[in-house]
Amino acid sequence: MTPPILTLETVSKRFVKPLDAAEKVANLFGAGLRAQVVRAVDDVNLTIAEGEVVGLVGESGCGKSTLGRVISGIMDPSEGRVLYRGADVARMGGKERRATDLAVQMIFQDPMASLNPRLRVIDIIGEAPVVHGLVEARDKEAYVAEIMGRVGLDASTRPRYPHQFSGGQRARIGIARALAVKPQVLVCDESTAALDVSIQAQVLNLFMKLRHELNLTYVFVSHDLGVVEHISDRVAVMYLGRIVELSPTDELFRAPNHPYTQALLDEVPRLVAKKRKFSSLKGEIPSPLDPPSGCHFHPRCPHAFARCKVDRPALKEIAPGRFSACHLNEEAPARPGRATADGAVLAS
Amino acid sequence: MAIPVLDVDNLVVSFGTREGELTAVNGVTFQVHAGEVLGLVGESGSGKSVTGLAVMGLIDAPGRIASGSIKLLGEELVGRSERELRAIRGKRIAMIFQDPMTTLNPVLRIDTQMIEAIRAHESVSEKAARDRARQALAQVGIPSPEERLNAYPHQFSGGMRQRVAIATALLNRPAVLVADEPTTALDVTIQAQILAEVQTLAADHGTAMVWITHDLSVVAGLADRIAVMYSGRIVETGPVEGVLDAPIHPYTNGLIGSVPSRNRRGVPLAQIPGMAPSLARVPPGCPFNPRCARATATCRADMPGPTLYEGDRMARCHHPVPAPESAAA
Ligand SMILES: Nc1ncnc2c1ncn2[C@@H]1O[C@H](COP(=O)(O)OP(=O)(O)OP(=O)(O)O)[C@@H](O)[C@H]1O
Ligand SMILES: Nc1ncnc2c1ncn2[C@@H]1O[C@H](COP(=O)(O)OP(=O)(O)O)[C@@H](O)[C@H]1O
Ligand code: SF4
Ligand code: SF4
Ligand SMILES: [Mg+2]
Ligand SMILES: [Mg+2]
Repeated sequence: MTPPILTLETVSKRFVKPLDAAEKVANLFGAGLRAQVVRAVDDVNLTIAEGEVVGLVGESGCGKSTLGRVISGIMDPSEGRVLYRGADVARMGGKERRATDLAVQMIFQDPMASLNPRLRVIDIIGEAPVVHGLVEARDKEAYVAEIMGRVGLDASTRPRYPHQFSGGQRARIGIARALAVKPQVLVCDESTAALDVSIQAQVLNLFMKLRHELNLTYVFVSHDLGVVEHISDRVAVMYLGRIVELSPTDELFRAPNHPYTQALLDEVPRLVAKKRKFSSLKGEIPSPLDPPSGCHFHPRCPHAFARCKVDRPALKEIAPGRFSACHLNEEAPARPGRATADGAVLAS
Repeated sequence: MAIPVLDVDNLVVSFGTREGELTAVNGVTFQVHAGEVLGLVGESGSGKSVTGLAVMGLIDAPGRIASGSIKLLGEELVGRSERELRAIRGKRIAMIFQDPMTTLNPVLRIDTQMIEAIRAHESVSEKAARDRARQALAQVGIPSPEERLNAYPHQFSGGMRQRVAIATALLNRPAVLVADEPTTALDVTIQAQILAEVQTLAADHGTAMVWITHDLSVVAGLADRIAVMYSGRIVETGPVEGVLDAPIHPYTNGLIGSVPSRNRRGVPLAQIPGMAPSLARVPPGCPFNPRCARATATCRADMPGPTLYEGDRMARCHHPVPAPESAAA
């Protein structure tokens, strides 16, 4: 059997938040403060098959972009392994590692911030493939023209600078730059978030067209559940650095298992013209500097019971291909249930 | 019927630029009644924010209100002096912005700012003003409001800051609240909480609200009426159900088709080709014609005027989208 194109094994990414000036002063007086550690990604396991589109959703700060950066090799994990076609990326030799870095490309949210304003579009798109020997320098013009055509840009605009393009066109330039190095996997981080809906629709259609033409694999990071529902085959829901649910898209949206997924789906504004009561989920996502014990979601969870404060629920298979990290799945037949004040769960 | 709280008639706002006089808002007309929410939607650059700023009396040089009228409870606002407008702003008309730091001062404590906002318009004791500020924070769902009054804006998360801005805007129970994309930068969970609070407040206070957004799904759940802007004009307006179920204008139809969640997964979205024209190069005739599948020679020559339709609706189009079978039945 061929190995999956990407495998994450118990991947964690920690950042150290250094003390600020006031905290250092406090330490001079014996406050004993230590640099804080953020677990942006916390023990994530994920396997991605070739040609698949995996959506990554969750609230701001839950670690989506960090996980995307680890997957695309921009950041190394603090713990765990990333395997590309079965080979451990961290143990690859220089040449193999460079080839892998090219094969997994990341496309960013804000195309303006990620495009060098002093470079012409021809160089933005054409530089890397020439440097990496994918095309001859003399074939650059023709190669860039071909890629621009593929993403729906007028090739005659290639001598222009990024600021001379609209937001939607800049998004296409970012996509063209990534495609130019002939990647196998695209990690798209909020790639359509800055766009108007009509332009977003154009770019999403382009992603789907490219998927079929080039047999690409996608990791699609977005806080927009509508976009993720539309484009993904499977969806991973993250909460405070952990994957709490992983499921084929249809099943996730039809019957979400994890209480957090249920709450998140409840909040999605839908294009149904009904005055509705918004909001069932109380409170905000807690600080990742000081995450709640046990199940991170317990302070906001309507079903929480005593065990949730103590034990971290593991991501377990609850049906073929469906995974969820919630103790309720073991306490059957309690769901759907309600927690009483003393922590017991009532079946309703 | 009672007179509308806000009555905007044929508003034209233009900006003097190097490329000449550009018309950002070109004959916008709408009314909002007490307790009603009008959703003003459209792509970026369509003139939504400029319309909101005009209602607030906040159009500064090189911009100007070239013509038209804005009435607050029957009283004309266009042409008032800056001093008169300042007395109205924050008291009878308030605005919240996408970035709450537009209204919050980073170097002042929350209590100082909120008390100041009350006492600028009313002579009440500091203590009474502080009590009211605390109640306002509690109303928008800020936990332990008494403690939070002593905090500075940077000590709040983005969602909390937006709540403080909303609480401040509502302190003087304004008759009109203009909200310019206030939840666009927030997570859906926080957006939903804030929409819920705003919905209750508007209903309880009878505030007339103009909710500006590019997100059709937000207005679908929040607004009573919807007005779709394109290139400085309202191209379609009507009750939310009617407009979303059976859009008349091809642009509205295209926008609805562009929203991913409504479509089947993996199937291409019904996209609108091209992009909105820049103000300096608005095409002749109907400004939507280069992107419109229904466009004809008439559309390229003549600007369609407003046409009224059954169900309290208006659209500007020479070739309206036929009503779907279900809606006709
Ligand atoms: N370079 C860094 N140094 C320190 N902390 C970081 C760094 N990058 C991210 N973090 C922290 O890690 C956590 C996850 O951040 P990340 O950017 O992955 O979130 P996200 O899910 O992409 O959020 P958003 O939806 O806002 O883009 C956050 O608490 C963030 O503050
Ligand atoms: N101060 C200004 N000077 C010149 N043009 C402006 C100014 N403010 C807005 N405009 C133009 O007016 C048009 C409408 O802008 P705006 O109302 O901000 O759009 P939106 O619908 O995105 O809120 C845009 O073309 C914008 O560039
Ligand atoms: S483990 Fe407990 S707190 Fe966590 S989601 Fe399940 S029920 Fe809620
Ligand atoms: S007037 Fe013509 S171009 Fe304009 S929206 Fe209607 S059909 Fe399209
Ligand atoms: Mg991110
Ligand atoms: Mg705007």
